[in-house]
Amino acid sequence: MIAEHLPALVVVVPLAAAPLIVLLRSAALGWALAFAASLFAFGASLALAAEVARAGVISYHLGSWPPPWGIEYRIDALSAFLLVLVSAIGAVVAPYAWRSIAAELPREQHYLYHAVFCLCLAGLLGMTATGDAFNVFVFMEIASLAMYVLIALGRDRRALLASFQYLILGTIGATFYVVGVGLLYLVTGTLNIADMAERLAHDGGTRPVLAALAFITVGLSLKLALFPLHLWLPNAYAYAPSAVTAFLAATATKVSVYVLLRFYFTVFGAGLVLETLPVPEILIGLSIAAIVSASLVALWQADLKRMFAYSSVAQIGYITLGIGLATRDGLTAAVVHLFNHGITKGALFLLIGGIALRAGGAGFERLRGLGRAMPLTSLGITLAGLSLIGVPGTAGFISKWTLVLGAIEAGYWWLAALVVLTSLIAVAYVWRFVEAAYLQAPDARTPPAGEAPFSMLAPSWLLVGACFWFGFDTSFTVESARRAAALMLGGAP
Amino acid sequence: MTTFASHYSYWITVLLLAAGLYIMIARGNLVKKLIGLSIFQTSVYLLYIAPGKLIGGTAPIVSEAYRVYSNPLPHVLILTAIVVGIATLALGLAIVVRISTAYGSIEEDEIVAADAGGRDRA
Amino acid sequence: MSAAQLIIACLLVPAVGAAGIALAGRWPNLRETVTLSTAALLFASVLGLLPKVLAGGVPQLFVLEMLPGIALGFRVEALGMLFALVASGLWIVNSVYSIGYMRGNDEPQQTRFYVCFALALAATMGIAFSANLLTLFLFYEILTLVTWPLVTHHGDEEARKGGRLYLGFLLGTSIVLLLPAIIATWALAGTLEFTPGGILRDKASGPVIGGLLALYMFGIGKAALMPFHRWLPAAMVAPTPVSALLHAVAVVKAGVFTVVKVIVYVFGVDTLAGIRAADWLPAVAGFTIVAASIVALRSDNLKRRLAYSTVSQLSYVVLAAALLTPLSVIGATLHIATHAVGKITLFFAAGAIYTAAHKTEVSQLDGIGRRMPWTMGAFAVGALSMIGLPPAAGFISKWYLLAAAVELGHWTALGVVAASTLLNAAYFAPIVYRAFLRPPPAGAAAHGEAPLPMVLALTATAALTLVLFFQPDVALALARAVAGG
Repeated sequence: MIAEHLPALVVVVPLAAAPLIVLLRSAALGWALAFAASLFAFGASLALAAEVARAGVISYHLGSWPPPWGIEYRIDALSAFLLVLVSAIGAVVAPYAWRSIAAELPREQHYLYHAVFCLCLAGLLGMTATGDAFNVFVFMEIASLAMYVLIALGRDRRALLASFQYLILGTIGATFYVVGVGLLYLVTGTLNIADMAERLAHDGGTRPVLAALAFITVGLSLKLALFPLHLWLPNAYAYAPSAVTAFLAATATKVSVYVLLRFYFTVFGAGLVLETLPVPEILIGLSIAAIVSASLVALWQADLKRMFAYSSVAQIGYITLGIGLATRDGLTAAVVHLFNHGITKGALFLLIGGIALRAGGAGFERLRGLGRAMPLTSLGITLAGLSLIGVPGTAGFISKWTLVLGAIEAGYWWLAALVVLTSLIAVAYVWRFVEAAYLQAPDARTPPAGEAPFSMLAPSWLLVGACFWFGFDTSFTVESARRAAALMLGGAP
Repeated sequence: MTTFASHYSYWITVLLLAAGLYIMIARGNLVKKLIGLSIFQTSVYLLYIAPGKLIGGTAPIVSEAYRVYSNPLPHVLILTAIVVGIATLALGLAIVVRISTAYGSIEEDEIVAADAGGRDRA
Repeated sequence: MSAAQLIIACLLVPAVGAAGIALAGRWPNLRETVTLSTAALLFASVLGLLPKVLAGGVPQLFVLEMLPGIALGFRVEALGMLFALVASGLWIVNSVYSIGYMRGNDEPQQTRFYVCFALALAATMGIAFSANLLTLFLFYEILTLVTWPLVTHHGDEEARKGGRLYLGFLLGTSIVLLLPAIIATWALAGTLEFTPGGILRDKASGPVIGGLLALYMFGIGKAALMPFHRWLPAAMVAPTPVSALLHAVAVVKAGVFTVVKVIVYVFGVDTLAGIRAADWLPAVAGFTIVAASIVALRSDNLKRRLAYSTVSQLSYVVLAAALLTPLSVIGATLHIATHAVGKITLFFAAGAIYTAAHKTEVSQLDGIGRRMPWTMGAFAVGALSMIGLPPAAGFISKWYLLAAAVELGHWTALGVVAASTLLNAAYFAPIVYRAFLRPPPAGAAAHGEAPLPMVLALTATAALTLVLFFQPDVALALARAVAGG
């Protein structure tokens, strides 16, 4: 009975938790509820993923209205994979937030934070689960509005401006998206993604469809921070509360990539996007620009959080590069990297939150000799940094392997060379931290010896462990990604 | 010319879209940016609703008396979009209020200058 | 124990030992006991595998599938066996030496030092026993990372610089050149398993094979082929036991081991010989041998001179492997062992001199042989081995190399070996001459030998250098198996 409704419940439970938390007005209960909701979402996502792997696509009709009239929730290999990522990060960040938020927000705001967090989680899960193009927009806005609020909660007043800038750019992105969907609706008369795909199969490539493709591409590129539409991201990540940065970095841009993949491959079809139009060339060009420029900029940041924020822009470049390769291997690489980068960046930002808590910030001047003051945190950042670089045995290596393999098999030798060359820049910026933490003498600005609280350290290390687990056991990540890639290139699911 | 005239609703949509976008980019005043944002979003409402209206069509109430119906779905969608738009505007204004308290200004260049002692702004 | 259990033991003993060392960190005597017993246990485990390999067996162990079609797996064949024997055996001696050195010089962070050392050995065992390129690459990178804290041990500006060069060169070459080569091999051959006869035969055209070979040879930065050799002298900022075991044995031998492994089991000697794709390699190796020797000749700093000597000697292995005949492969394999015992002796001596007399430059060594006769005697034996004269072990491997060059009529190789022998003599003989025949400078501080553990260790390795000359049977049997297999 419950299992049957899981596709809806995975979204509804966090969504319902939010107003409940507001009504209860209690920090402790709010936290417990947010944690429980995120755990439920994680469990439900795992169950859905298992069901999809066993029986194929799940189609759930909301209110029993059959599609295309009613709203359909549709879970396939790709969306199940994303659901697991988003809910897993949610379930890790929720317990972490307890102490992290306590240090950064006045107590009377805590329950509001937990409520907004639940909304954000529900929005992101909804974007992934739904099979209705307009519904995607609604969930996108739920998630985005929640994010603007979460970012604005940052202690630094610059968080306000960052949030405002994100609000403007994010709304432009969402509006572009909805314009694109509107054009598609005018052409097809339907909002159901699968139905849309069927109808477009006959009269794709007309001018309104191309315009819709352009609008949706630009809108989602803003949301996923594709170079040069990434300008909102570094400030938003740098000034948001630590738990928020970790959650956003690991999930928000990834879900937008998911929606882009969904439209490219399910709605418009690989034939139109990859063969008729110069989309791959544009994506490859922008990805290279993102990887090179953002990596170099990251190298010069004076703050650890900002440095890894720029690194995120670069890493998104690797994901879009995989899409641009326009082959099954390339898409596999993109989807694998969605996941692997999510857990890696999640781990990094969670650990940085511990530093911010102990040292009052994560500027490099506070990191001298951190290896002695906070040994577990420093080691965790180093290890997750190795995953970011792509050292074998880590999740990042699996991403790099699949991406380079995809590039070589697509005949792009120079791209393979570029990917490995640019990961050297990652070595350089990760090692800036390592040298500061282990090879510089502590001074007055170094925090006194003592680790972050256990409730923050444990979730962080869980993700660090995941970075290594998924570096050895790739049966979940690579297999899911391969199935998803096959699904995307096979046309409509 | 007929196509130009008969598609006037699209032209208005495009005009609103461009005007809103321009205001958001060109104006440094945060409230004006939000006004631009609202105009920008309004263009979408028009994009959805205009094609849903058929001249002579009525609400979709099945009756012998009417043969032409307007599509109600765009209206419903745009109701949602309007709600989203209002929420965005409200949140945006709330943030502007906080910015005004924190910085004593709602002009972007002044705010940026106030933080210039800090780190680089990308 | 079964072979699979022994393989697990070889990998786990040093890793568990590292944890034990960390736990025992507060009690130095206990910690050193843990180090020594871990080393002994590891050597015993490796020895346990030896009879099986000598009997022609190939013990293997597959752990899990890392990527579709590529497993994390181990397979012990002759070459890996020899490498593991050398590294684990010398670890015991080196641990004894380390205790003397670290205590004698009152070094900081000793627990971290021993932990990283044990981890480095675990990674070395992983490299030696890896069954495919991915497993090898995994442990190759781990080895780089766990030795970085050892290189930057002192934490000062010089150590930072050395660490940057170390990491930059090793990680840089492996990520930019080696990794794409491995992925391309996978794309071409559909397998990464080390297979006698090679996996790339008939899988790619000549130019592609040639390009891949270049990627491999320069990508294996640990083999220090010029122009990617700079990390090795930079790594000399580390405490001397690190230079001795890791940067004369484990790390650099992991490099040339990989070179031999790739040439023999990935490309296949016959494939390369057939299409003449490796013809450029002896020239590059030869250049490295001669150029590094010249730099060594001009270096006054003792450890730097030894480091460049290592760069040059490593290319002997590359040169021998690149000649692509059974005799030369035997030479390459043997040289991994013979150079190891000789060079570790030299580094031990250098560290002993530093500890006892605080001297680091060759020009300061006048007359030191009279005060440190054991140390300088051992140094002389090591130097003999480097030059390649009997009765030192270096003679044997050089002999095979020369025999192969003569058999092929490869005059470049012959010329290089001849020139390098003279150069080796030119930069080692003066040190021995100064130490024993020059009078000590007036007013020099009186000192005796280094602490006993150090003297014991360097005497042991010097003895081993001689023993390996008279009793090379085991090493030779393993080397023949590599060449024949």
